[in-house]
Amino acid sequence: MYWSSFSDFIQMGGYALFVWGSYLVTIFVLIIEIALLRSRNKALRKTLISEIRESVRN
Amino acid sequence: MSLLNLNWFKYAAPQRFYGLAGSLIPWFVVSGVILTIIGLVIGLGIAPTDHQQGDSYRIIFIHVPAAWMSMLLYLVMAFWAAIGLIFNARLASMLALSLAPTGAIMTFIALWTGAVWGKPTWGTWWVWDARLTTELVLLFLYFGFLSLHASIEDVRKADRSAALLAIVGVINVPIIYFSVKWWNTLHQGASVSLTKAPTMATQMLTGMLIMVFAFWMYSIAVALYRCRNLILERERHADWVKREL
Repeated sequence: MYWSSFSDFIQMGGYALFVWGSYLVTIFVLIIEIALLRSRNKALRKTLISEIRESVRN
Repeated sequence: MSLLNLNWFKYAAPQRFYGLAGSLIPWFVVSGVILTIIGLVIGLGIAPTDHQQGDSYRIIFIHVPAAWMSMLLYLVMAFWAAIGLIFNARLASMLALSLAPTGAIMTFIALWTGAVWGKPTWGTWWVWDARLTTELVLLFLYFGFLSLHASIEDVRKADRSAALLAIVGVINVPIIYFSVKWWNTLHQGASVSLTKAPTMATQMLTGMLIMVFAFWMYSIAVALYRCRNLILERERHADWVKREL
């Protein structure tokens, strides 16, 4: 392990803002992408199922 | 012979592909998670610091994978868009459309991490140099592809028009890649290339390459998931979709 302590790791040799600013934004963006895809899938299934029920009734 | 006997076109049918993608996604997710953990432990925990840039260089473990993916995904997207256009293959067009948002996100990550890396190393968030500008053009190409597609109501027509845009835009990718060679840019040259030995410490290189594979796995998983959504949406009147739900 390169770091001697956890706070060393967090401070990133004085570049904490830049390093963590990159990593956190990346993680945030990817989580948003996954969340949007999942909610799209749920909404789509809901609409399609109600469409099918509708067509069965008519 | 058995490979030749296999019917490769079987999976060109959206129904078959839907099932195949569904069973492949968990594998890409699991390997993506494992590779990310290993890559980050090496990159953030084990790799030594850089004698010129200090620890700010650790941005490389997401910057380079995202930048590579942004270019690669564009080429793959344009390839499938072209297949969809030439052979009138529905699934190929859906694949192209599935790759575009992820490509745009990778481009954004490359630009964002580049800006945040530029500040401590170059003293500026942004310069209009060739590498940065052409990567920004790539982001606009993805946006153009998506908004052109969204603006045309008939999906097959939208597929074809967006495919033309994607194909024309391919010219930008080699310009991005070679920009650091062709012009005198603030952006550094390639640290890793096919023609010469990498100019990086082994642990740095290992961490970076593992992160590249992790980004691959992520992109494939997400694109397959999006493609399944698109198939459901476009094939909604097919009997198999009704059974599937």
